[in-house]
Amino acid sequence: MKVEQISVFIENKAGRLAEVTGTLAKAGVNLRALSLADTTDFGVLRLIVDNNKKAEEALKDAGFTVRITHVVAVEVDDRPGGLHFILQALTEAGINVEYMYAFVQQSGDKAVMIFRFDQLEAAIAVLEKSNVTVINGSKLYTM
Amino acid sequence: MIFDMEYETMPREALESIQLKRLQTTLSRVYATVPFYRKKFDEAGLLPGDVKTLDDLRRLPFTTKQDLRDNYPFGMFAVPMENVVRIHASSGTTGKPTVVGYTARDINTWAELIARCLAAAGASRGDIIHNAYGYGLFTGGLGIHYGAEKLGASVIPVSGGNTKRQVIIMKDFGPTILTSTPSYALHLAEAAEEEGVSFRDLKFKSGIFGAEPWSEDMRTELQNKLGLKAMDIYGLSEIIGPGVAMECHEAQKGLHIYEDHFIPEIIDPRTGEVLPHGETGELVITTITKEAFPVIRYRTRDVTSLNPDPCVCGRTHYRMDKISGRTDDMLIIRGVNVFPSQIESVLMKIEGVEPHYQLIVDREDKLDTLTVVVEVSEGVFSDEVKGLQQFSTTIGNEIKDYLGISAKVRLAEPKSIERSQGKAARVIDNRKI
Repeated sequence: MKVEQISVFIENKAGRLAEVTGTLAKAGVNLRALSLADTTDFGVLRLIVDNNKKAEEALKDAGFTVRITHVVAVEVDDRPGGLHFILQALTEAGINVEYMYAFVQQSGDKAVMIFRFDQLEAAIAVLEKSNVTVINGSKLYTM
Repeated sequence: MIFDMEYETMPREALESIQLKRLQTTLSRVYATVPFYRKKFDEAGLLPGDVKTLDDLRRLPFTTKQDLRDNYPFGMFAVPMENVVRIHASSGTTGKPTVVGYTARDINTWAELIARCLAAAGASRGDIIHNAYGYGLFTGGLGIHYGAEKLGASVIPVSGGNTKRQVIIMKDFGPTILTSTPSYALHLAEAAEEEGVSFRDLKFKSGIFGAEPWSEDMRTELQNKLGLKAMDIYGLSEIIGPGVAMECHEAQKGLHIYEDHFIPEIIDPRTGEVLPHGETGELVITTITKEAFPVIRYRTRDVTSLNPDPCVCGRTHYRMDKISGRTDDMLIIRGVNVFPSQIESVLMKIEGVEPHYQLIVDREDKLDTLTVVVEVSEGVFSDEVKGLQQFSTTIGNEIKDYLGISAKVRLAEPKSIERSQGKAARVIDNRKI
């Protein structure tokens, strides 16, 4: 139930982000969601795309340092406390969220969040036990 | 004031006759006691007795830093360890540091030389010396310390670091002479200003600045900002430490080399030919009074020239120009000698570091900074920022551990560092000396 995410190392200088998006556009890769973690010197761009293989190859060919990691896409009730309910369940199970960001599209009437956990499998088990919908890759990439 | 009137103002003829006698004694001694020199002289087909004039010195082979490394740690010592009372070493390296030893007489010689330096800067009994050179394996701190005591001045062994405390001491103890690296002096001035203390209100009359090369522009800046006379001191641990040469406050033009202990030569670094006075080249020094660690024709790699003109101060010892550069790629960062190759070997030991890196040296807030730029390979890249930060922290810690200098680490994209055959492109020195 985990999904693939592409991470790209980007130096903190003008135009680098545009070079990533340009490379992906040329390869015909569509972005589904992204987040950028930044420090003073560099950033880590995390992407959910419709075609991981194509994206990875195109970025590597363009000289970027790329890594595929596994994350979890979760449906979140679009109401006050929706996200809190999920985090509460994870906290109780002692699972740490490394980072999270929102998906652009909704899944029906629900929001979608991408989570990166320190204990991936355990997190999925907790979520499913709490009746939270975990979205699989084939659905997510084409949403 | 001249500390040693007899030797410092000795007529050239008498000085040179003493030099020759001392040189001959030194050569006989190293030939008998240091296998390295015996082998070198034998290979050159020379016996110590063949040196009959000072000019014959140029027939002897050079000694290099590599020779010292090859004989690590005590192979170049010319006395048994029972007679060695002190050991110093160059800044730690991944390879071998340069280890030097001193007999009790060497320590005394060194103290006298520093006493001469302090006197040349206008210091005497009654002066308080704020000694901010680092104490430890580095020769700066202890070298100045013993000389200050020899002179009869009061020395504050404050060493480097803890700048705020230094400002309090400078304000409350009223030191009159500052001894430090020039960059640290400027840093102290800024720190003092932040504490609301103006250097101009302090009692300093002279500053003795060394361990890193500095320019006439830097002198103007030091004198203006610190309200003292900025004086240049020269030395290196391989020769004795600080106290090989010193400016006089009368002329502030060129550093008198204490020729009754050291014989200077200027050579063409490519051919090894001795150059005439006035020409710029590499400084080569032979020690003629050292007991534990004599060196014959040591190539300092420092670039300067010799000035034989008489000086207004009355000293007869030749003056060398301020150091204008190096003939190798050694960097001096906050007074610590660092070769790019040393940083490279630290980097190569860290998993995931690519063999492409760049060293950028800057001067920020008057202090030298070293930035190591390292490319991020797939092996170390992770989607989490903390993993990358851990990686750069590790690099910084390793450099600090091995070389004793703090470095900023900047992670760069692969292939972003210029590929070049030459070593020079690996080092970008933005400092203006």
